[in-house]
Amino acid sequence: MASQLETPPVPSSPQELDDLAPMQRRRLGALRRMWAPMHDAKGMPKAIVWVGIGITVAFILMAIFATQIAPYAFDQYKTAEGVRFIKQQAPSAQHLFGTNVMSTDVLSRVIFGSRTAIEVVLLSLFVSMGIGLPLGLISGYHGGKLDRTLLVFMDAMLAFPSLLFAIVIAFLLSKTFGHGVVTAALAISIVYVPQYFRVVRNHVISIREESYVEAARAMGARPWTIMRRYVLQNVIQNVPIIATLNAADAILTLAALGFLGYGIQPTEAAEWGYDIQRAISDAGAGIWWTGLFPGLAIVLLVTGLTLVGEGLNDVLNPVIRKRPIEPVELPPREGAEAEPEPGDEDQT
Amino acid sequence: MNPPVLSVRDLRVWYGTARGAVRAVDGVSFDLTPGETLGLVGESGCGKSTLGRGLMGLLPEGTAIDGEIHYEDRDLLALPPKQQRSVRGPDIAMIFQEPMTRLDPLMRIDDHFAETLKTHEPDLSAQEIRTRSLEALGGMGIPPTRFRQYPHEFSGGMRQRIMIALALVLRPRVVIADEPTTALDVLVEAQILGILADLRRNFDTALLLITHNLGIVAEACDRVAVMYAGRIVEEGSSRDVFREPQHPYTQALLGSIISLSTTELRSIPGAPPDLSMPPPGCRFHPRCDQAMVVCADREPIEERPLPGRRVSCWRYGPDEEIPPGGTEPLVREEIAVADEA
Amino acid sequence: MKRSSSLRGYVITRTLLAIPMLLILLTVVFLLMRVAPGDPISAALGGKLPAAELARRKHDAGYDRPLAVQYVEYLKDVATLNFGTTILDNRPVTQVIAQNGAATLELTFFAMIVAMVAGVGIGLLAGAYRDTAIDLGGRLFGIVLYAAPVFFLGFLAQLTFGKWLDWLPTSGQTSPVVGATLQTHTNILVIDAIIDRNWSALQDVLRHLIMPSVVLGLVIGGIFIRLVRVNLLQTMKGDYVEAARARGVKEPRVVYKHAFKNALVPVITIMGLTFALLLGGAVLTEETFNWPGIGAELVRYLDNRDYIAVQGIVVVTGIIVVIVSLAIDILNAWVDPRIRY
Repeated sequence: MASQLETPPVPSSPQELDDLAPMQRRRLGALRRMWAPMHDAKGMPKAIVWVGIGITVAFILMAIFATQIAPYAFDQYKTAEGVRFIKQQAPSAQHLFGTNVMSTDVLSRVIFGSRTAIEVVLLSLFVSMGIGLPLGLISGYHGGKLDRTLLVFMDAMLAFPSLLFAIVIAFLLSKTFGHGVVTAALAISIVYVPQYFRVVRNHVISIREESYVEAARAMGARPWTIMRRYVLQNVIQNVPIIATLNAADAILTLAALGFLGYGIQPTEAAEWGYDIQRAISDAGAGIWWTGLFPGLAIVLLVTGLTLVGEGLNDVLNPVIRKRPIEPVELPPREGAEAEPEPGDEDQT
Repeated sequence: MNPPVLSVRDLRVWYGTARGAVRAVDGVSFDLTPGETLGLVGESGCGKSTLGRGLMGLLPEGTAIDGEIHYEDRDLLALPPKQQRSVRGPDIAMIFQEPMTRLDPLMRIDDHFAETLKTHEPDLSAQEIRTRSLEALGGMGIPPTRFRQYPHEFSGGMRQRIMIALALVLRPRVVIADEPTTALDVLVEAQILGILADLRRNFDTALLLITHNLGIVAEACDRVAVMYAGRIVEEGSSRDVFREPQHPYTQALLGSIISLSTTELRSIPGAPPDLSMPPPGCRFHPRCDQAMVVCADREPIEERPLPGRRVSCWRYGPDEEIPPGGTEPLVREEIAVADEA
Repeated sequence: MKRSSSLRGYVITRTLLAIPMLLILLTVVFLLMRVAPGDPISAALGGKLPAAELARRKHDAGYDRPLAVQYVEYLKDVATLNFGTTILDNRPVTQVIAQNGAATLELTFFAMIVAMVAGVGIGLLAGAYRDTAIDLGGRLFGIVLYAAPVFFLGFLAQLTFGKWLDWLPTSGQTSPVVGATLQTHTNILVIDAIIDRNWSALQDVLRHLIMPSVVLGLVIGGIFIRLVRVNLLQTMKGDYVEAARARGVKEPRVVYKHAFKNALVPVITIMGLTFALLLGGAVLTEETFNWPGIGAELVRYLDNRDYIAVQGIVVVTGIIVVIVSLAIDILNAWVDPRIRY
């Protein structure tokens, strides 16, 4: 492998013959070093990240075990015996969150809604990173016409209202893919491609002209080696923050699509935004449970994800990171200076 | 001799970090008389910048400061914080290292001056403000036509001159210059040094010039204080110190200077110590080629081997404080190339 | 180094750059509207008319000509602001935009004011009092606001202030009586009411405006809080902030004049970026509150496959976005003199 750039590994044990192992170990070490500030950070920023992680994990678990946890199916409007549920019934023992206008159980729909949200978000993250990151890498490294064209496109996409964009795409895609998770996910992913593109591209450009990259090129290192060594590390540090924040935004976009009716159809899966749209007319009648619980679910999950992203940013971003400070105790002054005025004996 | 305008005794500035307290300045004393330029010289990390900031009260959160800073007849550190701050600007001014980022990019130059003057002399009329500002700028060679421009329209050297003018417009008695020319090229550096030299001639300003460049010290400073690991190891008139350095560190520093007559490169082995855990005894002893047994054990007491000179080194006594056998040469292991104390 | 601080030069250059962007936008919309749904006529009326009638209408509207020819026609139409007539209810698209667009404009304008006051205000406070309760409270407030979909907040607002407290109306731009009697001059009802000195109508219009604009404004403001705070934190560490302190400038002024102002410079850009969010959010708000804005119309026409209307609305929206981003850039250059090239 191209090892001109690697410094000779520190001999750890005489048995070390495998070339790759030291490289991997050093990369792990580098990863650990990158995340070291997480361990240093004390108090608030760390707590914020953990609270966020806690909330997110709770929702993920809810999504995974939805069928076990939820009392009813998401589109179930009658009991096993065939007795219809009461429409718009207030919270009760059988329906902890009540029922909505379709006679379905609100609690179950909230639980299954988390499954929908997680599925869509994961899929869309995958797609947008899969398109945006490589494009940004190539564009930044090669520059020139390709870069300029892509840049104009991506900037235009960024400037355009993301919701309208998603609506249009969802609309167009629904012809081929129907109104399910896939359409929603694809529509949402296209919206976030420019962000990943920009992050990678900007970083590649900023280090492209650095002397160590020039030196690497002069030594004959292949572009892929250079990118892997210098770019990936920094990107790996930035991308989780952007990804979590984008995931939070994606959930809001999904809910917005559902609210407007361009998202996931109620027959395919439960979706929070759609439920709230149904609930708006309930507000006039004072029925609060049909809209409150799906809405709270959205707020909680998005807050959780945002806390993770913001917390990570607080901890890892070197500009605003706060170094941990121990208060200083100055010991009292010692006397004996060869100065005309001896020091007084007082302390701090 | 004039009474000193600034008199520092036993100044300590310790930073709080996760590893423990970093003793950036650990017992520094010196005097500054009006019209004199004192060069404070030392390697990176020896604490000289911290000292400058400590004198100005510009220390970051979590820093502890102790000692006495006598300005005229007051001990600044004994004053309440508000009064300490009032000294900043009109009495003691500071010139910083990187001029490029020291001016507010959204404010014109005349606004910078107006702000400075109005803060400390609120009764000045607009005309007076303008006159004094232009006068200060003119002394720096900046024409009045550029008075209303923005900072980004000036080069680095000119920005530094503007900073100096801003510092001087209040006519402070003490100016602390922290590496004022490090970020500038040599020609501009010569201009700036000339300007600073004029200061003492024309206004009797006392200047504390912090630098790592011995050449500047030789050229521009009346006296020099050599700093190592948070302490002053030698102090005297610059001419004398350069001609006859007493402290081994000063000797090694001067020995490492490259000139046209240099035939071989000499450096000081080892590296400056970690200030959160400084070595016992004399802080320089791990790197000193003249170290004695007592040097590793007890901190040296300041002596005056020559008139007008202060040195902190056991080589100059006081003999009665050295325990028997202390003058034997210190035996140490070889210092590895990247060794740190 | 030739640097002209000419704002005019910047405006001209930037405007010229906006043209290619506009062209790309128009082309993309053109292609999108032709590619998937096919031609607008078939898509809208496909199942409802016999084939011959369909073909005739297509021919009349010119949708069976080669794509390139259609494209040129399309560009000509856009240039002359001829956006056609809606299939659904035979309104000239320009009329749709003028009437409903004005309603959206009213909503987003007031929402932006709410967002700025709440967002910038709380963001600056949070940054200035970092890590205190104010800071944490402000940040949490901002995060929760952002996390709450605007329609959920709208739902809660309607429930609380509409149903339970019965303070404010929950839907529409006006009550039916006012809607029938108010003269429309500009289509912006607030202005129209003021022009006519119709104070009771003005009150009615304002009462209907409160809930939607506050709800939308708070959501957008939540984003501002975070951005402004981070900017302020970075600015407070700036070199020029330290230099100002060294000159003795009082701390409140350092924070307000130097830090805040510099921190807000990118906020103008941020406002431009959130403008896009604003439009998206407006669509949702209009659906929630039955506000007769352009977003609601877009949804309606989209539901009915009225692609002519959709195309017209999207094109105009795009043009507005380009113009607004141009305006934001110019505003930025006016505030920050470094940007002008």
